[in-house]
Amino acid sequence: MSEEPVVIFKSVSKIYQMGEVSIPALNNVSLSIPKRRFSMVLGPSGSGKTTLLNLIGCLDQPTNGTIEICGEKIAAISDDMMSDFRAQNIGFIFQNFNLIPVLTAFENVEYPLTLLGMSPSIRREKSLSILESVGLKDHARHRPNQLSGGQKQRVAIARALVKGPMLVLADEPTANLDSKTGASIIDLMYTIQEQYGATFVFSTHDPQLISHAQDVFSIRDGELIEHHTERG
Amino acid sequence: MNILKIAVRNIQRNVRRSLMTILAIAVGTMAMLIFGEYVAQVFVSMETQNVSRSGHISVFRTGYFKYGSGNPAAYGIHDYQTFLKLIAEDSILKPLINVVTPTISLFGIAGNFDADASKTFFGLGVVPADFNRMHLWDEHHLKLAAKLHINKLNEQDETHGFIGVGLGRILGLCEPLNIPDCDKKQSPETTQKSTIQDKRDFSSLEEKSNQITPESEGNTVPRLDLLAATAASAPNVVSFYVDKAVTQGVKEFDDSIIIMNFKLAQKLLYGRGEKQAVAIVIQLNKTEDIPIARARIDKLIKEQGLDLETKELTELQPFYTQAMKMFAAIFSFISAVIGVIVLFTIINTMSMSVMERTQEIGTLRAMGVKRKGIVVQFILEGALLGFIGATLGLIFGSILAQIINHSGLTWLPPGQASSIPLKVLTSGVSELMFDIWIIISVISTIAAWVPARRAAKMKIVDALGHV
Repeated sequence: MSEEPVVIFKSVSKIYQMGEVSIPALNNVSLSIPKRRFSMVLGPSGSGKTTLLNLIGCLDQPTNGTIEICGEKIAAISDDMMSDFRAQNIGFIFQNFNLIPVLTAFENVEYPLTLLGMSPSIRREKSLSILESVGLKDHARHRPNQLSGGQKQRVAIARALVKGPMLVLADEPTANLDSKTGASIIDLMYTIQEQYGATFVFSTHDPQLISHAQDVFSIRDGELIEHHTERG
Repeated sequence: MNILKIAVRNIQRNVRRSLMTILAIAVGTMAMLIFGEYVAQVFVSMETQNVSRSGHISVFRTGYFKYGSGNPAAYGIHDYQTFLKLIAEDSILKPLINVVTPTISLFGIAGNFDADASKTFFGLGVVPADFNRMHLWDEHHLKLAAKLHINKLNEQDETHGFIGVGLGRILGLCEPLNIPDCDKKQSPETTQKSTIQDKRDFSSLEEKSNQITPESEGNTVPRLDLLAATAASAPNVVSFYVDKAVTQGVKEFDDSIIIMNFKLAQKLLYGRGEKQAVAIVIQLNKTEDIPIARARIDKLIKEQGLDLETKELTELQPFYTQAMKMFAAIFSFISAVIGVIVLFTIINTMSMSVMERTQEIGTLRAMGVKRKGIVVQFILEGALLGFIGATLGLIFGSILAQIINHSGLTWLPPGQASSIPLKVLTSGVSELMFDIWIIISVISTIAAWVPARRAAKMKIVDALGHV
């Protein structure tokens, strides 16, 4: 593990307040995720995987502790700056694909580049290029409702990677796909990760996906119980 | 990928809901437009009728407006011809003025000896040619003179004129003047009794009046004898021939008005004394010129050191101003109700949209869209619904206005005794249309802001987890 970490958690806790009841989701978690790796967050339902991914993705703020993502301490920045930070550095792949239904596959992929203020010609070039990488160039004009589950997730992967983020977060990306499609998506992500050099962080139960992991973080009851490096 | 394109597509997402929203906005806009055009029609109709009767500006002897109606003779304008000439030839006023004419207002008793009937009257002495020209005033191209069958005053014979229909009934002129709804049994006994008692005195005056107006001999139209006190407080009488009974809007006016030749009114009010005018009426080509014209006339009066004052349309016709204010208030109220309906329609539609797209909002936020971006997106969608609805409303409203104007429907406006065609104003209403479009569009935008702000305030993780 020669690369410097892209994510650093120091004694991070997250407690959700439901009325008068406090629900601890993460308890004193410290970890670091190295660059350009395929990292997995494993754990049973309710263990805190999604909370951990939300914190890594700068979608939520910790109750205690410090988080450093891509060299930036996220607690210190405003909501707008956080949005800009996400737009530049983090790509998301969701379990339910979360494509914008009124946009075509091409427009969905192009959208993150619009947020970065790129020119239309560059946006077009980059979007078509990555759509080709995921094998969907011919489906560029299709809306999400005209695509299969696997195709939707390929578009979602293209959307997450088109801007060349340092970090890609995927919350159970194969959960809504059949095993064959899931396998092809995993292969695709693995290939693209190597091609683009992005850091992938997954939460998953899928054994196929786990087999590709280079770093595995096991969580139970909001605590990091194990971290091991498989290979690389 | 611009946000307008996304907004258009989002509107098309739930076509039925968007159509219902647009329809509600369009109907509201249409209602506002039709009522606004109707009110505008009432305004210009009232303005046209008032201006064609009383002009835009009247010049009186100082104090007449407050105290003179009880004794018009005491407030006559001396050497009014010189003042008329001064106004008519003034280089600033000349291009603004359509008619400048002297008038006389007087009170007296009108008697019809054939029917043994008499009645106090309010007389208006006008120059027939000017009176006729004033009634053709039509700045707003309403052609009311033709629709209301405005009658021309006899310009050849100064003893001829019009009376109110009510006065014609009271004086027993139903048959010769073809006055409808006449029933002689309804005539008050007291009037007849007093007429009989006074007959001897009136007869002597009648003979006198015949001597005053020998040119009227051989006239076959109904004749009245008009008695009034001159400026010197002497009784005076003239013969007056009724060409027609003309319906007036207000009953009291209808029961007492006599419109006569200015010269006859002068004879009656001033006898052999100096012939004066009670008012100088100025009718402008355009109502909007009132301030300029009035200021100029006031300046001329001041320069000449004359004991005169000016009054304009709104001061002379308080009912006109009151009716305008009332209609404006009703229009504002209806507009407010429609505005609230549009507001809640948009809020409801956009709230539904926010609810349905919660996960999408979370996704956009996760990708890096700022709160402001979410607000702008939803506001744009609400505003677009408003723009489309308002535009369609104006188009449908314009079509409906044409249908109403060609429907042949009639109505009885306030201050009128006979029905006139129901019309809504369709020309010169571009400002009204623009105002309505802006109001509806602004309301739609404001309405969309409420759910848009709620959408933008959502926590990203909650929005992403929303099912």
